[in-house]
Amino acid sequence: MTIFLQATAEGLALGAVYSLVAIGFVLIYKAMDVLSFAQPALAVVGAGLISSLAIDRGIPFWISLILGILLTGLLSLIIERTFLRPMVGEPVFSVAVLTIGIDILLRTVLDNWIGLSPRYLGDPFPNFGNFGSITLNGVTLKYLEISAFFTGIFVIIVLSIFFKKSKYGVAMRATSLDQEAALAQGIDVGRIFGLVWFIAGILASMAGFFITGGFNTLTQFSFISALRALPAVVIGGLDSISGAVVGSIIIGLTQGYVGYFQSNLETLIGISLGSGFSLLAPYLIMFAILLVKPDGLFGTEEVERV
Amino acid sequence: MNNLVFENVSLKFGGITAINNVSFEVIPGRLFAIIGPNGAGKTSIFNCISGIYRPTEGQIKFGDNHLNLLRPDEIANLGIARTFQNIELFENMTVLDNILIGAHRHLDYGPISSLIFSKKVRNIEVEARKRAEDIIDFLEIEQFRYSYIMSLPYGVQKRVELGRALAMDPEILLLDEPAAGMNNEETEDIARFIIDIHEEMKKTIILVDHDMNMVMDIAQEVMVLNFGEKLAQDEPKKIVTNEKVINAYLGGGS
Repeated sequence: MTIFLQATAEGLALGAVYSLVAIGFVLIYKAMDVLSFAQPALAVVGAGLISSLAIDRGIPFWISLILGILLTGLLSLIIERTFLRPMVGEPVFSVAVLTIGIDILLRTVLDNWIGLSPRYLGDPFPNFGNFGSITLNGVTLKYLEISAFFTGIFVIIVLSIFFKKSKYGVAMRATSLDQEAALAQGIDVGRIFGLVWFIAGILASMAGFFITGGFNTLTQFSFISALRALPAVVIGGLDSISGAVVGSIIIGLTQGYVGYFQSNLETLIGISLGSGFSLLAPYLIMFAILLVKPDGLFGTEEVERV
Repeated sequence: MNNLVFENVSLKFGGITAINNVSFEVIPGRLFAIIGPNGAGKTSIFNCISGIYRPTEGQIKFGDNHLNLLRPDEIANLGIARTFQNIELFENMTVLDNILIGAHRHLDYGPISSLIFSKKVRNIEVEARKRAEDIIDFLEIEQFRYSYIMSLPYGVQKRVELGRALAMDPEILLLDEPAAGMNNEETEDIARFIIDIHEEMKKTIILVDHDMNMVMDIAQEVMVLNFGEKLAQDEPKKIVTNEKVINAYLGGGS
């Protein structure tokens, strides 16, 4: 039972982290109709910026954290303005491929900087002891996981109010449905795109911190963790924020349970699943769900008149 | 209140001249109609006003603003609202949301205050919702408030589009064929709404339509276009007796 609780807690924390990246995916998809493959790269770039400020430059951790997150938001804004704005009106497919290019560009630069040794991101609570943890009823929770969980919940609540109740949410949907008509209503389409990319950049870098903070460290492979938000959004449906959150929790829990119970599962079915199975499992879940619901759990079904 | 002025405006696409040296002025409070056969350049004039096309030559002024230099959203924010010939509503959204989008330019708050959803934001949003309800009442589409656009009949969609334009609380309303594809009863309804908008809400209206009966009934001033050129501009009574117009449009033989 303790192991089960431990796996659940870790899974939920992971889910919260993935949902930060996943919400970025969804926001961009809702505004531009494009799946931006640059999100995972922005997450690790954000982590790199924090590490560079906090460790290499010796700037106090909290300042580095906030600066790094804001800089990533800014970088995301610049990417939108320089690479994506000229593509307005181009086929969605070309824009999506362009985001793959941006992803490769960002990661190449970052990987060069990271090099071979892992990078630390600094310690938020030196007084508590290095990257500490607490134990409750035998369940050990890292501070990093707890803060990831609560940050995730906080961000989800704030953003859902923002996009459900404020003019930006409706303007964003209008922009994605019909740019010309949106312009005729006085909606500054470019500003909506900028806003969405800025928020997506901020969210990605927050996730980047939680993925690589503490003993996790930033390496050239950290980005694979951020990429796991992709099956999460596909499961949830590309255009639904709540779907992104549910998808992320499913992926997080899957990863948690597989991590702890893989050996039990293997004895049960009598096949060895291999050491990387917890990385693979999210994608299997994604396939299974897509077989039943091709638009994801919460996605809008595509209806086309024939 | 600003005058809308066209000064020698031409619009060319390669070898095709969509608008050829057209000048006119719309005085505030007018119900101004533009008529002409298909391809006469009526919708091109609208697209020039709302900034979708840039005139090749000439000036379009709205008060002191040169519309040639502004983006479509900036022009909309000056208080120029329009409807489209082929309805361009946001199909996957409800009637209410479509109308609320029209009010976008009046929702005067920034991203930060809406992030914390402050009292100011709440008040503005409640106010916008009230105005949207007034428009829904006015256009008699109460029962469709929460319906999705794509599920509604054509005539109702046309009304919703009118409502979205009204929600902008514009100075000038550009109506591109509001009665196109409608039966007599629906045309009469639309005509009634246009008259009410003009007389009760005191809006300047520029109307493009094919339905001669309606245009001649409700317009105060009519401009006739043919092949991008202006044939005549006068009050409706005189237009129907104008020889050039009769030859080009109303039927030469009779």
